[in-house]
Amino acid sequence: MTRLSGWGRYPGADVALLRPGAPGDVKAALHDVDGVIARGNGRAYGDAAIGTRACLSILALDRVLAFDPGSGRVTVEAGMQVNDLIATFLPRGFFPPVVPGTCFPTVGGLIAADAHGKNHHRDGGFGDQVEALTLQLASGETCILTPENALFAATVGGMGLTGVVLDATFTLRRVESGLIRQQTIVAGNLRAAMAALDEGDAAQYSVAWIDASATGATLGRSLVFLGQHATAADVGAERAHASLAARPPARLAVPFDLPAFTLNRASVAAFNTLYFRKGAMRAGASFLVPHAPYFFPLDAISGWNRIYGARGFLQHQCVLPLATAEAALAEIMQRVAARGTASPLAVLKKLGAGHGLLSFPLPGFTLALDFAVSDDIFGFLDDLDAIVLRAGGRLYLAKDARQSRPMFEAGYPRLAEFRKIRQQVDPAGKFASQLSRRLGL
Amino acid sequence: MNTILVIGGTSDIGRAIALRFAAAGWRIQIAGRDTAGLAREAADIAARTTSDVSVHRLDILSGPSFVAFLDSLGSLPDVAVSVVGLLGDARRAEADPSHAADVMRSNFEGPALLLGELAERFVSRGSGVLIGISSVAGERGRASNYVYGASKAGFTAFLSGLRNRLARHGIRVVTINPGFVRTKMTAAIKLPPIVTAEPGEVADAVFASATGKRRGDVLYVRRIWSPIMLVIRSIPETVFKRLSL
Repeated sequence: MTRLSGWGRYPGADVALLRPGAPGDVKAALHDVDGVIARGNGRAYGDAAIGTRACLSILALDRVLAFDPGSGRVTVEAGMQVNDLIATFLPRGFFPPVVPGTCFPTVGGLIAADAHGKNHHRDGGFGDQVEALTLQLASGETCILTPENALFAATVGGMGLTGVVLDATFTLRRVESGLIRQQTIVAGNLRAAMAALDEGDAAQYSVAWIDASATGATLGRSLVFLGQHATAADVGAERAHASLAARPPARLAVPFDLPAFTLNRASVAAFNTLYFRKGAMRAGASFLVPHAPYFFPLDAISGWNRIYGARGFLQHQCVLPLATAEAALAEIMQRVAARGTASPLAVLKKLGAGHGLLSFPLPGFTLALDFAVSDDIFGFLDDLDAIVLRAGGRLYLAKDARQSRPMFEAGYPRLAEFRKIRQQVDPAGKFASQLSRRLGL
Repeated sequence: MNTILVIGGTSDIGRAIALRFAAAGWRIQIAGRDTAGLAREAADIAARTTSDVSVHRLDILSGPSFVAFLDSLGSLPDVAVSVVGLLGDARRAEADPSHAADVMRSNFEGPALLLGELAERFVSRGSGVLIGISSVAGERGRASNYVYGASKAGFTAFLSGLRNRLARHGIRVVTINPGFVRTKMTAAIKLPPIVTAEPGEVADAVFASATGKRRGDVLYVRRIWSPIMLVIRSIPETVFKRLSL
């Protein structure tokens, strides 16, 4: 038995860990096992990638099966990580079509969560990029799925519950440099931040850091980061070429769990004010940054999940429809600022529609907030859930460790379709996670 | 263009070595018993690097097949590295002679005979580099793992003798002792981080040695192993047998 938890280190569970060495070994590894779920690099925050009895690690399934340098189309095994995709193909002028806020997830994990990136408003989620995938079913058979298949829509965003994704085909984006041309917009309050993100629809990438400590007239003040891949014309052919092969800088590390009091009202507010002022100094004209700090700012600090202390942390990530977002966001931010224990790492982002049956995105705004686990945090987050529910929003399953079943069911209107398909392909419930058991998926 | 033969091409270390040399533009020959696994690695290497990769079936326990195997390579490689190894189950190897023989033959007999055959061909050509991945376990017999250790000790001694014989012919023979490495073979063992290398570090050491950037006939991948093994080698046997190392 192995003790496993998600990135938030809450909750943990003892499960059997299966480690197939190749896609062809997955069927045998799954034989006679139930209550199992595929697990990539453990970057889901909560209990999505912990089986009820077993986990099937796909980390050894990290080979590239095919690559066409003419079109950028690539087929990779599901355990390949985003950082490996970038390290392998950026030197050849290609970038993944969608990357989340960390470079450590696997392709299989991105599909299971239908992960979104900073270009979701334009390009959709990772699932929307997938042209075909191979799925290992509970029956022992494998099938190749394309977007026309009903099972494909259940698998994209399906949290691994339809089977094990073995490989996937998608097309990389051609880029001329490894740099991002970034523009920072200072938004003094929530309305200004939302307006800046609306205007940012034209940008290839957009995301906002939101100051969760600000109150009153500055409630929701934000730094909006717009970005696009810098072209050779932007930076000169020589620098563009060199930046493609540039290696990311060495990582700092958090070597031990910080005491729980490290992140208190005063330290977080001080950090937020400094971060806001520092970012605001770069506002206005665009500037160039390497891709890694733009897309994956927290990856520069290895083990940053330890700053919340040994009990772990919870991320509350909701999405709110366009029509109700402003009022609901204001209410959430007021409560968070009043509580005073929110993370320094709050993110606001505009999303488009999602296309998997359980995909998280819907046209609106998503807000992500981190909270250290404490005795009273669960009730507080239930109150935030009530605001999300009234506004017609929902929570991201890849981040979730604690939402209630009614909250989940109200947020995902295509749940019945998903359950029906799952009943067909896995009637005995071979695939099950702590999350699926908790939410009755 | 230079060519490297990776013997044991489906192991984690073998894969890392092949990818490292392919990234530098070398032609790759990978050899092993698992032909489906070899094909998977070859497709991966070719897609990642555009290098030319060929696969060659090899049974390291079948010495008589080595001549035909080497003839099948097409061209004799410039560098050959043996990554073949079998950790086995130490407890089982103590009491089960056939398992112990598998460990001995996989770590010593097979790799030594194959590198010996390659050495003859390198001498006829007048050039070549032979690299053996051996083990720190071969430097001292330990209660916990002596069948594996003895087979690696044999391999290390073979490489040493081969090196001293071939030096006058301009053929280099290098012994690389990786120390602990995080691989499939050690997935179930808890390893101390400071002395545990990633497969890519072993690959870097092999590449640096093959291209002359790292000198030395016997290399530890992480240099910290050098003082550690100096201490472990110098403890008198009367004392060593009372320690549980």
